[in-house]
Parts: sequence; structure tokens; C-alpha cells
Amino acid sequence: MGLDFSVVPAFAGVLLTGALWTIAITLSAAVLSFFGGIVFAVIALYAPLVIRYPFRLFAWLFMGTPLLLQLFLIYFGLIQIGIDLPAFVAGVIGLGLHFAVYNSDIIQSGILAVDKGQYEGARTLGLSRIQTLRKVVVPQAVRSVVPPIGNNMIALLKDSALVSVIGVAELTLSSQMAISRTFRPFEFYVAAAACYYVINLGLEAGLRRIERRIQLAR
Amino acid sequence: MSDRPIIDIRHAAKSYGSLEVLKDISLQVQTGQIVAIIGPSGSGKSTLLRAINDLDPLSSGEVWLDDIQVNKALPTRQYETHINSVRQNIGMVFQHFNLFPHLSVRDNITLAPKMLKGISKAEADQLAVEQLNKVGLLDRIDYYPSQLSGGQKQRVAIARALAMKPKVMLFDEATSALDPELVEEVNLVMKQLAEEHMTMIIVTHEMGFAQDVCDRVLFMDQGVVVEEGPPDVIFRNPANERTKNFLRKHLKGQH
Ligand SMILES: Nc1ncnc2c1ncn2[C@@H]1O[C@H](COP(=O)(O)OP(=O)(O)OP(=O)(O)O)[C@@H](O)[C@H]1O
Ligand SMILES: [Mg+2]
Repeated sequence: MGLDFSVVPAFAGVLLTGALWTIAITLSAAVLSFFGGIVFAVIALYAPLVIRYPFRLFAWLFMGTPLLLQLFLIYFGLIQIGIDLPAFVAGVIGLGLHFAVYNSDIIQSGILAVDKGQYEGARTLGLSRIQTLRKVVVPQAVRSVVPPIGNNMIALLKDSALVSVIGVAELTLSSQMAISRTFRPFEFYVAAAACYYVINLGLEAGLRRIERRIQLAR
Repeated sequence: MSDRPIIDIRHAAKSYGSLEVLKDISLQVQTGQIVAIIGPSGSGKSTLLRAINDLDPLSSGEVWLDDIQVNKALPTRQYETHINSVRQNIGMVFQHFNLFPHLSVRDNITLAPKMLKGISKAEADQLAVEQLNKVGLLDRIDYYPSQLSGGQKQRVAIARALAMKPKVMLFDEATSALDPELVEEVNLVMKQLAEEHMTMIIVTHEMGFAQDVCDRVLFMDQGVVVEEGPPDVIFRNPANERTKNFLRKHLKGQH
């Protein structure tokens, strides 16, 4: 049988709903990965050793094992110890923490690149170490690493397809549902790819806006 | 009024490894006095200035701000609290401004007062307006540091320090990083502070300015105060050979 894209419009609603879930899960996980990344970076650089070392192990586990496995562990594994998370929540946590660890690496380098004079300027005014970090150092570090963090967020969008395996009806799973009804994999995977592409364009536009807005404050 | 000095440095010494940067320096500054510290590069001027707010802690000796010892030996936590409250009374202005680039001029000025003095947003805004008025930059209140000239940045940095209502202001070569045509606007602000009898300790390479503004001049070389006195004496009639040599080099081309 040849290709026939005319089957797609009948499932436009399904794909659109899937796309909205993809956007929701990507944005939620992005927010978690951003703030998580800041917290992890501060822990990695400044926390007492008794916290820093276990944290390193945790970070290493998140970087050194497949995201797919992490999602399985959070969704199916945690039930065994009484934590039964909805699939969406498990997906956000898995994606969010995974990318938080990657963001943390970038933010750490941003923190280390902040000029010594910034600490001195803040400390001579009487700000404490923590106030200096919170109000002076971290905001500057984050601004300086927006571009690489933006790249991570685009990777996050693409990896969000993985949460289909724990049953979140996002774009990839939605297209599979359409395929199982029509037996038209090519058409629906292409349609899904087109949707990802459009979402990606939106995300990139958003990131560019953020970059432009912080340009002044650098 | 008591005649206890507002700044009292007693037998300050500092070494980096085997390099003695400060050797038994004592210095008293009375309220309202303006002291210039001059001397060749590497003589320890910045180190001495930065010891006053314990930014560069001394190896030995004491620094007192009025009746409080600044460099008190305390357990880490207590020291943090102590030094943060001491530093609120000591304004410092750096060669490279050290403004916060991610904050507007207004927020640069109000950040510390808001966080440390618990003032309201309206009071903080009022404070920013007051201080900017003083340095003649009220029209730049919503600018970011990257939109200002060097001279304007330094004036904002001065306003930021003044917003904490410090008892003493420390200047470490406040005009050295500026293009020559921008030096004067910063000097004017400092002169105005002098007229208001702000206590100031000014490390400077500008002999003319030191002569005009200061009550006392200290000449430092190799970690010691070689000679000190009123500007007229130090600049016109120095007693020490090293002072004479230094001034011969530095006064060339001036006047
Ligand atoms: N962190 C440090 N480690 C080692 N040596 C240092 C350090 N900071 C300063 N020094 C040395 O201490 C000496 C005094 O330095 P300081 O910055 O106080 O001089 P200065 O009089 O301010 O000079 P300049 O006019 O160039 O600013 C110099 O020899 C300098 O190399
Ligand atoms: Mg210096």
C-alpha cells in the first residue's frame, strides 16, 4: 500500500492532545531541571563534605545510567517502597532530575567564572556568604550559562518522548495509538515529527527571547 | 565628644609566605579626617586598606572601628555575623567598581539596605534617589551598569556604599581605571564628601588630589609607613629620601 496522509486529519485531535502533554511535561521538567540545577550546583560547590559526597554519587548515577532506566525505576520501582506516582509526575521528576544534573555542571562552571570583585563588592556591603550567593553570584552565573542550558532544554524536549514507555499519552504515544488503529506508521510518525519540529521552533524562539532580555544585565 | 579614633590600627603585620607585605603598621584616624595613602606599586597600600574591613585579614595586629575590634578571633559562625555587621559601617570603593551587572542602578544601591536593614521598598527607593542625587546621576536610576561610562559606574559605586550610611569610606585607587577625562567627575564627588566631613581613607596615585583634599598623607614603601604628615609638608618638604625620590617621579608632569 502507498502513502496516504489523508488519514492524519481524522486523528488531529489525538495528536494535538499529545502535543499539549509533550509541552506540559517539557516545561514542567525544564523548570524542575533549572531550579534543581541551581540547588545541585550550590551543593556540589559549597555543601559540607558529608552532603557533597553522597550527592556526587547521586549525580553520577543520573549521568551514568540510561534515562529510560531511571524512568522505569521512578515509576515502577518506587511502588515497591510505597511511592505510587502518577505517570506524568514520575515523568517530570525523572526528566527534571536527569537534566538538573546536567544543568548543575553548567551552572557550576558559571558560578566559578563570576569575578572575585563581585564577592568583594557584596561582602564589603555586609552581605553574608549566602546572601551574596543568592543575590549576586548565582543570578549572574545563571545568566552567563543561558545558551548551554537552552541546548539542554531542547534535548529535554526530544527525550520527553521516553515517557511514553511509562504510559504518559504525550505526542509519541499518541501517534502510536493512531498507528495501532490505522496501521499507518509512516504517516503518523512523520506527523509526530512535524509536531516536534514546530514545538522545537517555539522553544527556540522562547530561549532567544530570554537571551535577549538578559543581554543588558550582563 | 571622645577622642577615641574611629579607625585604630595597632601593629598591623601581614605576610604571604615569606613575603612581608605589612610590617608593624599603626595608624589612627579621627572622625572626619581624610587620610591619603601613597606609595609605589606593591608597597602594601591595598593590603592595609583591605585589612580595615578584614577583606585581607592581618597575620597579626589589631584593627578597631570605634570601640569594636574588627579582626576579633571568633568561631567561624560568630565571626560571620560579627564581620557582616562591622562591614555595614565601612564603605569601600574599588578600582574596578564591582557593580552588580545583573541589577539596575537602583537595585545596586538598594540591595544591601533592603536585605540588611529591613527597610521597605518605598524607603529603599527614596534612599536610591537621595544617593543618586548626591552623585548627580538621578537620571540613570533605571540604567544597567553596562550602559554607564566608567566615571558614572564609579559614582554609582560610591552611592551604593553611601546608602549603607557608613562611618568610614575606603577608596582603593577609585580613579585609576578611568579614562583621564572621567577622573574629575569622580574626584568632585569625593571632594563633596570631604566637605561633608566624611571620614575617608584614600589610596591614590593622584598627588594633586591628595594634596587638595586630604588632612594627612602617609607615604608607604615596602610594607612600612616611611613618612606621614600634612600634605603641605609631605609634598613640599619631605624629610625622607625615599619619599623625595617617589615624589620626584610622580610629581613630574603635574602642576
Ligand atoms: N594574595 C596574595 N598572595 C601573595 N602576595 C600578595 C597577595 N596579594 C598581594 N600580594 C603582594 O603583597 C604586596 C603588596 O600588595 P598591595 O596590593 O597591597 O600593593 P599596593 O601598594 O596596593 O600596590 P598597587 O599600587 O600596585 O596597587 C605585593 O608585593 C603583592 O605582590
Ligand atoms: Mg593596590
